[in-house]
Amino acid sequence: MLSALQPASLAGIPANPPGIPQGISGQADPAPAPHLPCHHCGEPCSQGQFKLDSHSFCCLGCQTVFSLLRDSGLGNFYSIATRPGTRVDAAARPDRWAFLDDPSVTARLLDFNDERISRVTFHLPAIHCVACVWLLENLYRLHPGVGRTQVNFARREVAITFSPQKAPLSQIASLLARIGYEPSLTLAELDHKTERPRSRLGLQIAVAGFAFGNIMLFSLPLYLGLDSVTGPTFRGLFGWLSLALALPVVAFSAGDYWRSAWASVRQRTLTLDVPIAAGLAALYGQSAWEILSGHGEGYLDSLAGLVFFLLCGRIFQRKTHERLAFDRDYKGFFPLAVVRQTPTGEETVSISRLQVGDRLRVRHGELIPADARLLSDDALIDYSFVTGESEPVTRHSGDHLYAGGRHVGGAVELETLKPVSQSYLTSLWNDEAFRKGRNDSFDTLTNRYSRRFTRLVLAVAVAAILGWALAGNASRGLKAFTSVLIVACPCALALAAPFTLGTAQRLLARRGVCLRNGHVVEAIAKVDAIALDKTGTLTAASTTEIRFHGTDLTPKETAAIAALCGQSTHPYSRRIAQLAPASESLLVSGFSETAGAGLSAQVGGRSILVGSAAWLRRHDVPIPDSHPASASVLIAFDGRFRGAFTLDNTLRPEVDTLLHNLGQRFELALISGDNERERNRFAVLFGDHARLHFNQSPQDKLGFIRRLQSKGHTVMMVGDGLNDAGALRQGDVGVAVVEGVGKFSPASDVILDSQMVPRLGSIVDFSRRATWIVRVGFSISAAYNVVGISIAAAGILSPLICAILMPVSSATVVLFAVGATTLAARRFGLTSAAGPDLESETRNTKR
Amino acid sequence: MEVLVLLIAASLALAGTVLAVFFWATRTGQFDDTTTPAMRILTDDPPAPSTLSPTLPQKTQDP
Repeated sequence: MLSALQPASLAGIPANPPGIPQGISGQADPAPAPHLPCHHCGEPCSQGQFKLDSHSFCCLGCQTVFSLLRDSGLGNFYSIATRPGTRVDAAARPDRWAFLDDPSVTARLLDFNDERISRVTFHLPAIHCVACVWLLENLYRLHPGVGRTQVNFARREVAITFSPQKAPLSQIASLLARIGYEPSLTLAELDHKTERPRSRLGLQIAVAGFAFGNIMLFSLPLYLGLDSVTGPTFRGLFGWLSLALALPVVAFSAGDYWRSAWASVRQRTLTLDVPIAAGLAALYGQSAWEILSGHGEGYLDSLAGLVFFLLCGRIFQRKTHERLAFDRDYKGFFPLAVVRQTPTGEETVSISRLQVGDRLRVRHGELIPADARLLSDDALIDYSFVTGESEPVTRHSGDHLYAGGRHVGGAVELETLKPVSQSYLTSLWNDEAFRKGRNDSFDTLTNRYSRRFTRLVLAVAVAAILGWALAGNASRGLKAFTSVLIVACPCALALAAPFTLGTAQRLLARRGVCLRNGHVVEAIAKVDAIALDKTGTLTAASTTEIRFHGTDLTPKETAAIAALCGQSTHPYSRRIAQLAPASESLLVSGFSETAGAGLSAQVGGRSILVGSAAWLRRHDVPIPDSHPASASVLIAFDGRFRGAFTLDNTLRPEVDTLLHNLGQRFELALISGDNERERNRFAVLFGDHARLHFNQSPQDKLGFIRRLQSKGHTVMMVGDGLNDAGALRQGDVGVAVVEGVGKFSPASDVILDSQMVPRLGSIVDFSRRATWIVRVGFSISAAYNVVGISIAAAGILSPLICAILMPVSSATVVLFAVGATTLAARRFGLTSAAGPDLESETRNTKR
Repeated sequence: MEVLVLLIAASLALAGTVLAVFFWATRTGQFDDTTTPAMRILTDDPPAPSTLSPTLPQKTQDP
């Protein structure tokens, strides 16, 4: 049962229920007896063990929460939503959270602190419904030291105000854990919390909108020729007021354009912000001169409208995914505390205080926090998330254990060899790929077009002034020069990309494809090579396909094997144990397990051996040559070989057609950390000229991407584990596959719901279409510019023409961008509302 | 027509007030979380009489 090894459990969610077994073949009869759902968490209860107030509970933990809430007058929790709780692990160590009271940890976790009152923000991945919000905000009724609590549902966060004397931080954490909301405390939490930048953009839009509306009111009388009625006094007054109102627009709202234009001039690159800034300067300068000298009314309404529309484009593109982190490194994966052995006993210490030579105790399902040496006899380590190796490996006393592996089985002791930050895995982050920031906005489509555009506009403007000067009309030439700059101000051009890419991003997010930002669409469109990870990407990490080779087992034999395997914590055993429901009539006696070899016991009067070929030989069981190769579990009854189970990770649905389609259009490669035993299976899927690489270390994967890039390919890397982190970072597009909301995913450009993996081809097609739409949008705005610049170069541009041309061109481009992108999404089948949704508010994240 | 001056002043003052209120709302975090309040309103009930009433001031302390 590999699902218990998913990274989710470290995010604080109590271990998920076993994944529903898929693809079972053979004789096993997995139909479980009907169970009542737990009144608290909704999971099936074992027959009537825990009952209270005529409600059934699946475990003592859930029952305890129920009675706690009932006694505190919070029984309402169960009427707000049906079975709203999450399963609670009752067996937590009492000092589990003690490390939180360590002043250095406390200081870094608290948002605010003084003698009397403190405030902390915890990330609680278990928050999933209205009842959770209600319960957490009534937390003060459960503990006298807790004051106000405030939940942010979208971010799955709770801010708790509490009195540190009455309730130390450890008590708050333990209270939350006790009612089923275990705080996720990873190493990343210790990094100083980044204060979210307050939305300046919103304020800038507000100012621009305010000025735009008012200036328009002042301009309208002049456009409509009411000048004669209102008289010259008002003409002057309106001009001055407009000028005053436009000042904050230029200074505050358009501030980012000045800065960015100045930066690109200094770097000697031409971004679109340069002509925008030039246009704004020309607009304001010309208007100010006209108004001050009493010549005319200026173009201030156009100026304010321009800035207003430009900022709207920006805010449209700035779609953020609050619940997803695109830049998580290993720190989000490692826990905040571990159990250290001291001469006086055990203590929970913060992982950052771990020293070389410390003795650690690691329990089933816990993470090895640093490179260490094994002190206990044997240990079974699951490295699937770290190296991609899907089979757990056996290590013996004295062996070197790499950080990041998850221990399976009984508790073991380790001695740390390296600090956390210098471990094998975390040293990957020292690669230069991580050192340079992602350059986002430089070589974008918009910037490439704007370079040509800017040169052209400047050429036309200069030509206009020279032409009129030669014709002997220098003042008209000057007007033509500024007019060209004014009318060419590339509003429509600047809006085409934000609205197209922003729409694409939104539509994709609805289907569970979350992009870091809109520019990722452009990057995806350029991809011509795709590298895929195997475990967790092409195969589902949580489900295994189990097959029996040999003469069919009788139901009785299956039950006996399942009963035996139920005694072991090895993932294979747990998977096999699911083949038959647990039955109490089968007595398992004389059970013994040798880690990395197998199990033996007497079940129902027969002696059974389950394990590797070597294990059976050790017990003098002859094995016929015909048994299937590695990754199989051999079975012997009463000293006679009976057959073998093979366990393969289940291929995600439709992966075969996906690989077939992609193989024809892209350079395709498989890079897996796993061993070669599935080479044949994937050679068939990938086709003849496929590149299949197995046994790849994280560094190898990174190097492979680099080699592809040096051959001129634009590479998309699709992976899911920490071992792919380097490759995801190096790839031109890094796609992290996640099984559900809130799961750890390494830093990437795209976070992809695993159900959307088969649609990878359509996503690339859609992105290509979206960039094509951007180009068409550029053409439309270019057409408007040709008209506008012709008028301007002739020196007959009036504010009225400007005031009409500018919004019309912008509106056309925006409507086209949004409409065409939506149509394209429909064409590629990416708009169905039934798809997975990583951002959905109502989705139950419990399972 | 001189009444226009008054009207312009009034309209500018009104719009300016709205703008100021918007600035205040943004600065004090009224738009920070737009999801949870909508859920909260569904479950709000009068606080049950409880001996475990909070002893802390019911205000947010911004760091």
